[in-house]
Amino acid sequence: MGAFEHPLRYIPDRTLAQVHAEVAVGALRDAGLSIRDVDAYFCAGDAPGFGALSMADYLGIDARLTDTTETGGSSYLAHVGHAVDAIAAGHCHVALVTLAGKPRTGGSQPGGSGNFGDAPEANFENHWGGSVPGYYAMAAARHMHQYGTTSAQLAAIKVAASSHAQHNPNAFLPKLVTVEEVLASPLVADPLHRLDCCVITDGGGAVVVVSPEVARTLNRPERAVAVLGHGEAIRHSSNGRIDLTHTAALWSGPPAFDQAGVTPSDIQYASIYDSFTITVLLTLEDLGFCAKGEGGRFVESGALEAPNGVLPFNTDGGGLCNNHPGNRGGMTKIIEAVRQVRGDAHPAVQVPDCELALAHGTGGSLATRTGASTLILGRSS
Amino acid sequence: MSASDLPTRAIVATVETQDFWDATAEGRFLLRRCNTCEAVIWYPRSHCPICMSTDVSWIDAAGTGVVYSFSITRAASGTWKGALPYVLALVELDEGPRILTNIVGIDVDDVRIGMAVKVVFEDAIEGSALYRFAPVTT
Ligand SMILES: [Zn+2]
Repeated sequence: MGAFEHPLRYIPDRTLAQVHAEVAVGALRDAGLSIRDVDAYFCAGDAPGFGALSMADYLGIDARLTDTTETGGSSYLAHVGHAVDAIAAGHCHVALVTLAGKPRTGGSQPGGSGNFGDAPEANFENHWGGSVPGYYAMAAARHMHQYGTTSAQLAAIKVAASSHAQHNPNAFLPKLVTVEEVLASPLVADPLHRLDCCVITDGGGAVVVVSPEVARTLNRPERAVAVLGHGEAIRHSSNGRIDLTHTAALWSGPPAFDQAGVTPSDIQYASIYDSFTITVLLTLEDLGFCAKGEGGRFVESGALEAPNGVLPFNTDGGGLCNNHPGNRGGMTKIIEAVRQVRGDAHPAVQVPDCELALAHGTGGSLATRTGASTLILGRSS
Repeated sequence: MSASDLPTRAIVATVETQDFWDATAEGRFLLRRCNTCEAVIWYPRSHCPICMSTDVSWIDAAGTGVVYSFSITRAASGTWKGALPYVLALVELDEGPRILTNIVGIDVDDVRIGMAVKVVFEDAIEGSALYRFAPVTT
């Protein structure tokens, strides 16, 4: 695999397509390949124009295969899974996945939300002042009601992310914060505070997935990372019987663990999608890192803090502190997991001898319909 | 007939939902029910998402339920900025579906999960009406 994260968090002077191109080149250089080697191209709803058709044309990719699966922020992990399957089936050898977005330049607000006017659910969801924080806050409120989770426990997730971000020179919020500071930040949507929310950043990232044959040709075993397992799922409003206490990770995790032949306790590092602190807490439970309802106690124990916690997470600072390019944090989840397996994370947060990592993406909205995709990454042997 | 000052805007009814929105304008809350498997369907559509039957009819809902979850939005832009703070909620209807709506007619800090609520209708644009929920007063 090749991986590249755009170093900038505010990019007013470049087009969206340009940022896609910059991250594509970065990931291909990282893999030791050129754009001529790419025979499969993957992108999601952030790509301008006619999706993969416009972007493959712009980038100069002669693609035999394209995939524009769109499940919000989880799309890119799904793309990697699909690329692995397509490579195994012999449909391609070098797959490029790109993400770019400019919501900081575009002035997108935390309260901004998708308004899909012709969606069949539109008139039953668009009249209530719903916003992304407002929706996720309902998931937090229900978890608090049902399991006694507290705002201080959610804040512990932000604290852990910030303790990692302070080592990342590119992080949007590099400052260490305390539980008290999170709780003292303004309520955006009760019970979520401003510091329970991810950052809003321009930027992007890309990954390259190659066949075992291409990997052997590249002959860089110390850089190679293997996709050992993947799974994906969606959870929607279920004919109005929505359950806010879980995400689709409940279903995307097991096939990924099964394929890799590992269990949650084997995972040494986890990139967990962190649009909000509650997203992390629910996902940890759904993936089996702790029991349902135990997420609050799990995170307040310091489990997420690198390098010595039970499950070091988001060692780049995550979407909560580092980068959430295009309001979609899936790509950066893959990239930091790749860094960990390579031993390329910042020394202060590098998990010693990290051989097995997990990356998880969550897309859409927990209060309506959401996608999930899980990847298990390991050393290539 | 408005219980709140929350923003309203035009409803764009479709052939699948015209009857529903005609009813709200008359102060009635309808639900789709499948005549084949008896599932109560939400949101309204012309087929049953449980069994794919297209034999679905309208029933009058009780219009009562409980708050399944809610959040209090305290920061917003655009038309909702003037309505801050306001309550976004999922109300679990007596008939089963959990539906997105607002809780009105109560101080936002007094809303609780499990609270009994009933539907209220609020004039929208051009003779149509939105449904929101207010506490059941005893
Ligand atoms: Zn049916």
